[in-house]
Amino acid sequence: MQNLFSLLSYGANGWGDELLAGTLITIALSLAILPVGLAAGFFIALGKQSNDPLIRSAAGIYTTIFRGVPELLTLFLVYYGAQSGVTAIAHMFGAQVEISPFVAGMVALGLVLSSYASEVFLSAFRGIPHGQYEAATALGLRRGVTMRLVIFPQLVRLALPGLSNLWLNVMKDTALVSVITLNDLLRQTTVAVAATKQPFFFYTVACFIYLVLSMAASVGVWRVYVWSSRGVSHR
Amino acid sequence: MSVLTSIGHLPLRRWRDDVTTTGIVLMVLWAIAGIGIVYAVSQALNPEHLTEYGGRVISGFLLTIRLVVSSVAIGAVISIPVAAGRLSSNRAIGALAYAYSYFFRGTPLVAQLFLIYYGAGEFVGVFKAAGLWWFFRDATNCAILSFAMNTAAYQSEILSGAVRNVPRGQREAASALGLHRLVILWRVVLPQALITALRPYGNEVVLMVKASAVASIVTVLDLMGQTRFIFSKTYDLSFYLLAAVFYLVLVELLGRAVDAIERRITRHIRRTERA
Repeated sequence: MQNLFSLLSYGANGWGDELLAGTLITIALSLAILPVGLAAGFFIALGKQSNDPLIRSAAGIYTTIFRGVPELLTLFLVYYGAQSGVTAIAHMFGAQVEISPFVAGMVALGLVLSSYASEVFLSAFRGIPHGQYEAATALGLRRGVTMRLVIFPQLVRLALPGLSNLWLNVMKDTALVSVITLNDLLRQTTVAVAATKQPFFFYTVACFIYLVLSMAASVGVWRVYVWSSRGVSHR
Repeated sequence: MSVLTSIGHLPLRRWRDDVTTTGIVLMVLWAIAGIGIVYAVSQALNPEHLTEYGGRVISGFLLTIRLVVSSVAIGAVISIPVAAGRLSSNRAIGALAYAYSYFFRGTPLVAQLFLIYYGAGEFVGVFKAAGLWWFFRDATNCAILSFAMNTAAYQSEILSGAVRNVPRGQREAASALGLHRLVILWRVVLPQALITALRPYGNEVVLMVKASAVASIVTVLDLMGQTRFIFSKTYDLSFYLLAAVFYLVLVELLGRAVDAIERRITRHIRRTERA
């Protein structure tokens, strides 16, 4: 046992530094996906409640596709698809371009997150009483101002529980990006396993690191939730 | 009807009055993408490829279904004691069940799969002595085991949540009638709990269909695995598109089935819809 844990030491003999580097990449990727996915999801939710039936259908098709196709498959399609597309374009200019797994992961998981997030935003929109819009109109607020100062703060509070689940899923899904050779936590663990022949120990350690990340994320979400529900009476 | 659109209820509004250029552009883009996908897939399905790889795609699809059905079924069995633990008044049992579900819900499925598949390889001797090596030697079995344990965690949350959701009075009334505890559970609590649980269960099956693609990483030749194999031979992306279509159809069919079942089992509480 003593022996096993010395494998986690920091430096040339242990794998602690590699695992830490991988963990940082996992965190960085999760954080990078979040703003992209949430912003896109918000606009798709707006599209879903548009007056225009065509915009509604277009948004519906988007969510149907990206919620129905496995994340791993979306990732491959983005990675290899973009690879061949960009290579073709780059060839025309005689350049060499490579798609980084990080960017491919960000785009693919961002697509998935946005389609799920749009559903959460949509039901949050439905939870805001009609009177809020009417009151804002009665006060003479313009549409943009109404959205920013009246609707959005309430939307955050209503959407947060749903979004926090999605956020945890995103963090777990980043493990898939290791398949297209991103040096995240899972891949670094696999490297360590290949060198030490201790799969059970190292994958258990990786699982616990993911668990700690999930817990930390929950705490962060809870903070935001408390912030967003200030001024709301608790019955 | 959404909040934004319901502001003006004009009775004589026609469908095309609301159509905007943006909407037309978006739908045209989707149409182009759709035609592109159909074209790419039809190219991939030329007679030569079809005879060479058609069988692989079908067998992969069937294996995906087998993976999902067996892991969801085994997971359902495992989830019963875990859900019972979650509902138990015994603190220690409750904590144990919660730890199980927290671990499997808080870590990536791929990591769990690696833990079981590669981890098992470390204990060949133990498994051989126990006569279990034939099971762990097969990547498909390892995938089913890890999927089942994973979905059991989610299913136990669904089940225990649904049981908790049944009003207390139902149970009290049943025991006032002198019904046995098991009869109460079977005939009073579970039928009502299933109504709340159906939709989350359906979602869980859909998530399992999608998650099962992960098995391809440990050499299982499910739909995703076969597609990866074919891609490695042909470098033809359209096979990935074809696989995506298969997954989409499967997921959509499941969604429709859940809708139909829900309509059927809630027919006694559904309000008559007014025009």
